[in-house]
Amino acid sequence: MSFTGINESDVDRMYLTLKKEAEDGGYRLNPDVDFTKNLIRGLLKNEQRYGYRACPCRLASGRAAEDLDIVCPCDYRDMDINDFDACYCALYVSDAIAQGGKTVSSVPERRPPRSDRGKRTAVHTISTGPVPALPLPVWRCRVCGYLCAREQPPGICPICKVTKDRFERFI
Amino acid sequence: MAVEHVDGKDKGNVMLFALSTCGWCGKTKDLLRQMGVRFDYVFVDLLEGKEQDDAMNTVEKFNPHGSFPTLVIHDKLAIIGFREQEIREALGP
Ligand code: SF4
Repeated sequence: MSFTGINESDVDRMYLTLKKEAEDGGYRLNPDVDFTKNLIRGLLKNEQRYGYRACPCRLASGRAAEDLDIVCPCDYRDMDINDFDACYCALYVSDAIAQGGKTVSSVPERRPPRSDRGKRTAVHTISTGPVPALPLPVWRCRVCGYLCAREQPPGICPICKVTKDRFERFI
Repeated sequence: MAVEHVDGKDKGNVMLFALSTCGWCGKTKDLLRQMGVRFDYVFVDLLEGKEQDDAMNTVEKFNPHGSFPTLVIHDKLAIIGFREQEIREALGP
């Protein structure tokens, strides 16, 4: 599908940027370049109509706060790559798929349905007993799990490059 | 609702709920075309307001997750996601 107002040179540029960022962080783009560029057209289309790169395979509400979990890369990407070898859209894939040893198949939706959204809880609750007093808070990137102890989360996650608003207070 | 119609072999009511930007939705649409099946489709992301809401309520009736693509066959069976095998079995020759 092509969209009005989406420039093919922007698609090519974004493809190269995403590919480099992915590989720098240990992620892989889908080796099917046509399929991948189609998703990138979708991301650019969403940026144009919503103001942010909402997941092309999910219906965005157009309200930034409600869609934060599905701004690409979404909060569900890493779990889906672990469990199904690809993110929900199959923009990002596992090494096995990137190297051609496996093929992608449909990934079930992990995001809660409309009626259950907004009840955000920490993804993992592990009981650790009493936590010692820490000199700094610990922040967790909801997308890739990167942890850091500092006054504020970083502006950009050094691993997966998402923005500060994707961090949650972990400890 | 802006429903598009694709002509082909009559296999009863075949309705595809899709998003204009979604890769698996595109693959599902291509598969149906390639199979030569008559079907209708709607891009729910291109609908607005109440129309979009009504479409979502219908999708959720068949697929509580409200995800795409949702292919509704004969107003009964829903195939969720690009599941080529299942689609071919349900609408094959
Ligand atoms: S990581 Fe994949 S599933 Fe998540 S928003 Fe991006 S394209 Fe969609």
